[in-house]
Amino acid sequence: MLKKFFDNIRPNFEEGGKLKAFRSVFDGMETFMLVPNATSRSGVSIHDAIDSKRIMSFVVIALMPALLFGMYNIGYQNAAAAGKLAETGFWSMFLYGFLLTLPKIVVSYVVGLGIEFTVAQWKNEEIQEGYLVTGMLIPLIVPVGCPLWMLAVAVAFSVIFCKEIFGGTGMNIFNPALVARAFLFFSYPTSMSGDKVWVAAHEVCGLGYNLPDATTMATPLGEAAAGLAPTASFSDMVWGLIPGSIGETSVVAIALGGLLLLYTQIASWRTMLSVFAGGILMAILFNMSGIEGNAVANMPWYEHLATGGFCFGAVFMATDPVTSARTENGKFIYGFLIGALAVLIRVLNPGYPEGMMLAILFMNMFAPLIDYCFVQRNINKRLKRASK
Amino acid sequence: MSLFSKENREALIGPLHLNNPVTVQVLGICSALAVTSQLEPAIVMGLSVTVITAFANVIISLLRKTVPNRIRIIVQLVVVATLVTLVSQVLKAYAYDVSVQLSVYVGLIITNCILMGRLEAFAMMNGPWESFLDGVGSGLGYAWVLVAVGFVRELLGSGTLLGLRVIPESIYAENGGFYVNNGMMTMPAMALILCGCLIWASRALTKEQK
Repeated sequence: MLKKFFDNIRPNFEEGGKLKAFRSVFDGMETFMLVPNATSRSGVSIHDAIDSKRIMSFVVIALMPALLFGMYNIGYQNAAAAGKLAETGFWSMFLYGFLLTLPKIVVSYVVGLGIEFTVAQWKNEEIQEGYLVTGMLIPLIVPVGCPLWMLAVAVAFSVIFCKEIFGGTGMNIFNPALVARAFLFFSYPTSMSGDKVWVAAHEVCGLGYNLPDATTMATPLGEAAAGLAPTASFSDMVWGLIPGSIGETSVVAIALGGLLLLYTQIASWRTMLSVFAGGILMAILFNMSGIEGNAVANMPWYEHLATGGFCFGAVFMATDPVTSARTENGKFIYGFLIGALAVLIRVLNPGYPEGMMLAILFMNMFAPLIDYCFVQRNINKRLKRASK
Repeated sequence: MSLFSKENREALIGPLHLNNPVTVQVLGICSALAVTSQLEPAIVMGLSVTVITAFANVIISLLRKTVPNRIRIIVQLVVVATLVTLVSQVLKAYAYDVSVQLSVYVGLIITNCILMGRLEAFAMMNGPWESFLDGVGSGLGYAWVLVAVGFVRELLGSGTLLGLRVIPESIYAENGGFYVNNGMMTMPAMALILCGCLIWASRALTKEQK
């Protein structure tokens, strides 16, 4: 049925049709809904049934548990801060979070896809599907208090300066979602960090509670950086009932998505595993070093993994196939350094309670170098073997 | 030879756009990033560089036949250093606040590649009047880029222009509005990106002209 519909409206978009200007949009929609019918004309090539649009859809599905849990957590944190946890039902918490998250997702997709479609039409190229995932990631890594217009500015900045300038999807050096977050973080620090932005403080459509202006809720990492003992228990950190960016709090929900990615082999287990290994090793080293008076340094490794964006970054950001190292052995080094750097930044830089974003962006920059070293080593090895 | 022959006009107008020292030759980027977080220091810096380039060009062009080739760089440096010291003293006397804001960057004009480039490439081979026009052109080419970057950075980073409030107080978040200044605009990183945008725009325009 869908196919018939697309076949019916196709003539409008061909050369000379009245809607020619929207050809790229049509192409993008058709290949998104249906399997593309263009196959290679020459040579021997096998097309995998899973093309990049299918991969993107899998990643978006893998993000769903974290997204749904994030919505619930928004309502939960709001009710907890108002002290009315017992009276608030599950659905009203979830709906409250849903109403706050949906506008962010819509803004992210409308702005991002708008720019992508415009550029594609302007350059007469096909629409690239890369933004499907990025558009879902961006709302998940901002705090709930982030205003929509800031989100729109950040999305525009990241799509233009991190992606289109480098040549569009697949050519970017840095992860666009993280660039959007970094832009927000450095441009509007008061709306992205501190202890006022993590809990929604206004009622929406009769749901939720208005909180007094002075209400503050710090993330566990923020508390540790300020030298306080964390108020949340470890099990709360694992389940994710802590203040934080929308999608990053629950280890369990992220693990569900991570398992799907590993099962479908979309994300590399090498990267994921080594990120955790790097983080754990670095945290243990800091524990043993016995730095006095630095609460983050003395945080046990399992709390490091459960707090902040560590899990989310390891599962969804570090494994991005475009910006990570491509050589299989290089992935170990790439991931290990991300984990180690993230903990290092958390402990030693009091200005940035969360180091995951900076660590991944930093290693994005070095991924090509890592690849170069491994490829070069391989070439040398083979040369030696051949010359013997 | 007339004062404004075609070549002379070319020497004056060229650096403003088609041969701009910042957007085409990509020189003087360091100071362009450092002094442009406010509009006022950007204007003062642009004017200082214009004055120094123009007069250094004239002086070197007068000396060009008597300076031995081997020590020409030293002579150029002495001339530039003298002029920089003069400008810096004038700024301290008449515009103290701005000279504090510019801090070392006035002194560092001495190492500005635009200056040495013009002296070496133009003043050593042309007469004083042509050299003067070339210096003014290059300096103004540098100045307008600084002013453009400074304009955007001060407007979006602090909501002011030349210290006067442009974006009204009432829409700011702390007064019940929604707007927050973009903190990244006050950092040099954003100046680099803005310079990049200018280079992008100027390349796109030149391509169309060709």
